[in-house]
Amino acid sequence: MLQEESDLSLIIAHIVQKLKSSNLYAQLERQAWGSWEKRILKSLNSMCSELSIPLARKRPVGEQKELLSKWNEMGTDEPDLSLFRPVYAPKDFLEVLINLRNPNYENGDSLSFRTHLGLIQVPLKVKDIPELKEFFVELSLNTGQLGIDDSTQVPPELFENEHVRIGQKVLAEEDSAAAQQYVRQGSPTALRAELWALILNISSQPEDALYYEQLKTNVIQHDLLVDSLIYKDVKLTASNDDYYFVFEDYLYQVLLCFSRDTSVLGHFAYNSASPPKSYIRGKLGLEEYAVFYPPNGVIPFHGFSMYVAPLCFLYHEPFKLYQMFREMYVRFFFRLHSISSHPSGIVSLCLLFETLLQTYLPQLFYHLREIGAQPLRISFKWMVRAFSGYLATDQLLLLWDRILGYNSLEILAVLAAAVFAFRAVNLMEVTSLAAAEAVLADLSTLKVMPLLQIFLFATVT
Amino acid sequence: MSRVSVPYHMKGTVALQVGDMRNSQGRPGVQVIDVTFPSTKPFELQEIMFKNYYTAFLSIRVRQDTSMHTPAKWVTCLRNYCLMPDPHSEEGAQEYVSLFKHQMLCDMARVLELRLILRQPSPLWLSFTVEELQVYQEGPKSPSMTFPKWLSHPAPCEQPTPLLEGLPDPGRVSSEVQQMWALTEMIRASQTSTRIGRFDVDGCYDLNLLSYT
Repeated sequence: MLQEESDLSLIIAHIVQKLKSSNLYAQLERQAWGSWEKRILKSLNSMCSELSIPLARKRPVGEQKELLSKWNEMGTDEPDLSLFRPVYAPKDFLEVLINLRNPNYENGDSLSFRTHLGLIQVPLKVKDIPELKEFFVELSLNTGQLGIDDSTQVPPELFENEHVRIGQKVLAEEDSAAAQQYVRQGSPTALRAELWALILNISSQPEDALYYEQLKTNVIQHDLLVDSLIYKDVKLTASNDDYYFVFEDYLYQVLLCFSRDTSVLGHFAYNSASPPKSYIRGKLGLEEYAVFYPPNGVIPFHGFSMYVAPLCFLYHEPFKLYQMFREMYVRFFFRLHSISSHPSGIVSLCLLFETLLQTYLPQLFYHLREIGAQPLRISFKWMVRAFSGYLATDQLLLLWDRILGYNSLEILAVLAAAVFAFRAVNLMEVTSLAAAEAVLADLSTLKVMPLLQIFLFATVT
Repeated sequence: MSRVSVPYHMKGTVALQVGDMRNSQGRPGVQVIDVTFPSTKPFELQEIMFKNYYTAFLSIRVRQDTSMHTPAKWVTCLRNYCLMPDPHSEEGAQEYVSLFKHQMLCDMARVLELRLILRQPSPLWLSFTVEELQVYQEGPKSPSMTFPKWLSHPAPCEQPTPLLEGLPDPGRVSSEVQQMWALTEMIRASQTSTRIGRFDVDGCYDLNLLSYT
């Protein structure tokens, strides 16, 4: 009975999301997205033909056995990946977003009141600070927060003990909506894994473990070109990170299975992108032999593995980790690398960031613009990765608590603006883009919640 | 409720502007579209459906056929209906909109002509209009069903006929059948809905290059 209820609530949550997602403005998005997708496909195809590596091949039995025995330590493999290059990096995607234009919008060549001063030129509706204050009301100064009110100087009787007690009660009641509301004030470390699973309606049934085993079998049987891209990405990003390199093997186990998971294709119903298609060799054009490549329709880009890495701190069984990552991807992370007009889509986040900075730090914005350091060029990579790899892990998990709690990615744009506000004094003194990047290169010492609170609730406007 | 599309003739949009159109700098912010129904006699309007294209506010005036010999007058049936909450931003700019009879300010019987008045006060947009306009009248009513008499007036409880020899008690049989049915329902309910999700075709996943369509 519980399984049925949670299945049903999951389906309802999905439907609500689809209804809430604002219209995908056909003209604007299809053109831009179409040409971007074509570019990615061309890049993948050319890699395939240049390196003479097939998009997919069936592994011989010997190789299958070898991979099965090494499944838990794929990180020890050192294949030659020098010829592979990531299909695209966030900065390429930023160029596409900068060039998004609405054909019905009066841009004009000369600067006028119509031109946006930032990089994004699409007039989407974004929240301003009064609306954000209302939306993020649980982050206000007179509400307790984990990340602020659990620091060593604050006696735990004031907030922390009570908050943990409520968290345990929420878990005991198995109330998903209450968990989502609870987590807005932060989640205690001990309860976080279960709370997130409760919010996302992930209950680990034996059939889920079986499904994961099936995906593992698929990985062992077929070798995809995308696998090499994943390997390269993990080696370049997560393996080099002080916090995440220990999870390298887990990342392979999750990401390789993720690209074989056809259930992810379901999210294209509310994503403006479409999965790349191909045909079985020799059957070009025959619809019965049309397949998607990769099977889950998602081509990883540079930094993709960083979406998984923070979850490794919470979940230790591969199939549970896999389920959580997959659900977080189809709910949140896909919006960070696809074009849409959704308020949590990356275009809206970029515009929100630029608007906040322009409105509340106009001198800083003007100065950075004058020296050729448009702020979005620096903060884009933070937002695309949801700050993974830039913040310290405990701070990152506090941030992702709020993403789950508010079911929205807008907090990423607010945090990006808050970081600029925090380092404003140093930034006003720089004279080049490189110097501005240097000032903002290291975010690992930042405390996320005080920054957000000050920017939203304590800045004099 | 069924609905039937009514063929219409849309006269060209007329832009209203203050002052001389040739010399002024700005774009017109008001456009008027006349919709006539030459091939239909006056009908009762059920629904208007269209796709918005950057129109911020919509007003509709209707001219109805009056039975008396007075000239038909224009009546406003929808006043400043907001299509875009913020005229400067994209929200609502390309949405599909349906307007029903009950949202109108006046009775929509015997419609002769419609006039759509589109307003877009923001100077940011190059043009604005409504597209794919469709007008519906009420369709033929489905014939009212008469229930068979035995459904609406169930017969009073009768005495069960005496048992034939050798047959089991019908009460016990029906309760056993019910139990079996409950068991099958339980099994059906516990079946998982997760799909197997094969991505290959008959075990083969040998691909061409990716297609660009």
